[in-house]
Amino acid sequence: MDYPRIQIPFEITLWILLASFAKIGFHVYHKITIWVPESCLLITIGLIVGGIMHSVNEEPPAVLSSNVFFLYMLPPIVLDSGYFMPTQPFFENIGTVLWFAVVGTLWNSIGIGMSLFAICQIEAFGVQDINLQENLLFATIISAVDPVAVLSVFEDVSVNEQLYIVVFGECLFNDAVTVVLYNMFNFVADMPVVEPVDVFLGMARFFVVGFGGMGFGILFGFVAAFTTRFTSKVREIEPLFIFMYSYLAYLVAELFAISSIMAIVTCALTMKYYVEENVSQRSCTTIRHVVKMLGSISETLIFFFLGVVTITTEHEWNWGYILFTLLFAFVWRGLGVLVLTQIINPFRTIPFNLKDQFGLAYGGLRGAISFALAFTLPDNIQRKQLFITATIAIILFTVFLQGISIRPLIEFINVRKTNRNLGTINAEIHCRLMEHTIAGIEDLCGQWSHFYWKDKFMKFNTRVLRRILIRDSRAESSIVALYKKLELQNAMEILDTVSGDISASPSIVSLYEEKKNAAKPKKKFLAADLRNMHDILSKNMYNIRQRTVSYTNKHKLPNDTQTREILIRRHASIRRSIRPGSFQTSVVPKSQKYFSLPAGKNLDSKFPPRRLSNTDDQETMSEAAYPPRHSRFNQPSRSSSRAMIPLRRLDTLQESPSVSVLDETSGEERGGTGRGMPRINSSASDSRVPAPRHPFDGGDRGSVDNLRNSHHEAEEEQQEPTSPPPAWAAEGRDNTTRNPLLRRPQWNPKK
Amino acid sequence: MGALQSLPGQPEYVDLAEKTGFSFEQIGVLHKRFKQLTHNEETLRRDHLNGIPDLACNPIRSQIIEAFFDRRNLRQNGEGVVEEIGFEDFLVVMSHFKPPKLHITEEQRESVRKEKLRFIFNMHDTDNDGTITLEEYRHVVEELLSLSETLEIDTAKSIADAAMLEVASISMGHMEPDEFYEGITFEHFLKLLNGFEIETRMNIRFLYMDTMNFCNGGQ
Repeated sequence: MDYPRIQIPFEITLWILLASFAKIGFHVYHKITIWVPESCLLITIGLIVGGIMHSVNEEPPAVLSSNVFFLYMLPPIVLDSGYFMPTQPFFENIGTVLWFAVVGTLWNSIGIGMSLFAICQIEAFGVQDINLQENLLFATIISAVDPVAVLSVFEDVSVNEQLYIVVFGECLFNDAVTVVLYNMFNFVADMPVVEPVDVFLGMARFFVVGFGGMGFGILFGFVAAFTTRFTSKVREIEPLFIFMYSYLAYLVAELFAISSIMAIVTCALTMKYYVEENVSQRSCTTIRHVVKMLGSISETLIFFFLGVVTITTEHEWNWGYILFTLLFAFVWRGLGVLVLTQIINPFRTIPFNLKDQFGLAYGGLRGAISFALAFTLPDNIQRKQLFITATIAIILFTVFLQGISIRPLIEFINVRKTNRNLGTINAEIHCRLMEHTIAGIEDLCGQWSHFYWKDKFMKFNTRVLRRILIRDSRAESSIVALYKKLELQNAMEILDTVSGDISASPSIVSLYEEKKNAAKPKKKFLAADLRNMHDILSKNMYNIRQRTVSYTNKHKLPNDTQTREILIRRHASIRRSIRPGSFQTSVVPKSQKYFSLPAGKNLDSKFPPRRLSNTDDQETMSEAAYPPRHSRFNQPSRSSSRAMIPLRRLDTLQESPSVSVLDETSGEERGGTGRGMPRINSSASDSRVPAPRHPFDGGDRGSVDNLRNSHHEAEEEQQEPTSPPPAWAAEGRDNTTRNPLLRRPQWNPKK
Repeated sequence: MGALQSLPGQPEYVDLAEKTGFSFEQIGVLHKRFKQLTHNEETLRRDHLNGIPDLACNPIRSQIIEAFFDRRNLRQNGEGVVEEIGFEDFLVVMSHFKPPKLHITEEQRESVRKEKLRFIFNMHDTDNDGTITLEEYRHVVEELLSLSETLEIDTAKSIADAAMLEVASISMGHMEPDEFYEGITFEHFLKLLNGFEIETRMNIRFLYMDTMNFCNGGQ
């Protein structure tokens, strides 16, 4: 047995596994994680393990040495934060964020440093030997906030977006500021005498470091985006580029001693937008997943080791100093938030009220960065142990006390909540409308504001950047993107009703097998059609993806499961449809069956139900999930005198509809014998606007008679419009342009 | 400051300030801009506004310009449009974009909100009949999406239709088989945008204006 050979990788793996087991363990009783943030739990476990190790006189691995921490453990966390940062609110609030991050950190550091220095003069505490520079250094270390726990609480409570993004952004950027300040003070601490010139140089250095970091980040981001433009043939390694480029940005910034955190964050921000349009869907999922995973592991390990190291290091405890540190940290943060908010509120469209400020101040937990920085204090500082102890004390205090209590407090004081129910098309449309209006009025007034800059940037983006960086650069409005997303949702719901509720999604593998078997019989789709469909839907999904990742939980992946769900449900429904007679009797449970009614028609069928030609393919789509197609048919003439929405009701069910793809190339009138005509029972009394949910044919399984009866109960459903998925009445087109959004295969279960 | 000499004196500002809620400073700055736009004439016409270069690339430019001449926005009780407006009317329209004060009561906030939503509603409702019909809505959506290069003709229509149906479902819920959905009335509109914090978003900070950089176009 040659243990030393494998020792290092082995131990690393074991530690990671141990920390991850702890994480699994927490979720066994999931209520714990609601009340106690994960970081607390991890630290506790770490403490226990540290105790064990201490008792057997083992040394913990040197995870928190400077190199390991800053080169290996920190980048994933920062990448995670940067990648999943909600960009739009971030840029709208960027002034505030930078203000709090930069000025706030400065305020905190200097304030705490000075007050501690004042305390040091008091003889009773016995810390007179700490001079001002060292105090400032220490103060810098402990003013770095790391509100991981707070962010997850904020998410759960859905606080208003402004607060969330300011806390988030502040955390991100003040890491950079802290590190810069730390280096500066470190450098200065060595020097016996501090000249004003040095201070000035320090400040200049700060700007160089900050902006240099950003510049590097943007550069690498663009290079990464550009590279992914050409990776269509090598899909498997696409995610690699993201990671390599961001890590490279980090390392190169470290090389030049500029802010690596800023570099990696800006790299991620820049990259994300363009890369997600270039890479394949799978690569995108992979990237997100891996980013989250690495970030999560790093964080877990850090908190874990925090606990371990707490036990195993030698401590130097000094009641006075440490208690005053705690006090000052708290006081200065509170003061800082108050003063800074007063100054910046007039500049904000949505000013922070007192409750927000409380959330901001109380959310200033300390965490990993402070910890690591404390460990990397140079050894020539005599009181290093004291500093380490004090740092650990303050971290533990804030994480446990504030972390646990922030949730009830936030709920108690009832911080302004966010209203994220803007998933409706109308809200989106009006949002855009309003923004354009404001931009227009501002142009009229001759005024600039961030709308102006945003406008200009978007123009530049469309004209220049996208052309260069994106393989297929067609701009798409966010309205259209949302529309597509909602279509997808609808599709899912249809599948849901078709196949019943799928509570436990079976593994895709088994489904795939069944699907394949079932699909063997007939495939009548043209290859070209399939490819087109693949393309169209993939593109739709990419754009949809952009919109859905806005508010993400720190510990979970963003909800990217839509497409997968469709796939799963699709397969399950296919599977179910194989079973005989499974559909004839099922009444559509909750869905509204009317999705479109031709205006001015009655419920008696005017259009004979068209039978779908029995191309009867079960499953012709392979990997991409296809929502069933929207039906098309004749547009009845609309009386223009009344503003009626042309609605058509699609009745689908008595005969077995079949899955078919609407032939895109065939220009024939859909009302005719086209291959994919669903049954259109266009009976309708004058256009009744249902609160329709499923525009897609094939989703509906009730019979005509059921339709009317279940109308009413279905209507009841509509009373709670949290975000009613729109159904739309598509116009029946007469030969012409096929709307790509509407072209989807209609599928049918086999009888 | 030659421009200032031709501005109305303080007493007139007092009136305007009271009516619109702007401060004297803001009124002064806006007046300067007004003079600039109208080339020192007394009244503003459409072609003055059409000439602003930056406005040209705004997709809903025509609606914005129309909004200035719409009697409903001018707080007059008439309907229809006027051909030209004076400075006071200009201010009145601009006052729709004032941010609400920090400490206002709920009713005041509601009324501010209603006012702003009314402005947007009027932008939709071009035929002044009090409802937004499908055609009007479609028109707006098409204009909004006109910037997007890849838009196919029917997407805008579908989106507008979808939106309309959404409105119907929110406001009407359960409808009898022979009911029509005529169009969006203002109440439905309010209900629709219930969660939309327009009073905090539809604002312009009027103090920071740099009128020097923005010459009225057409020189």
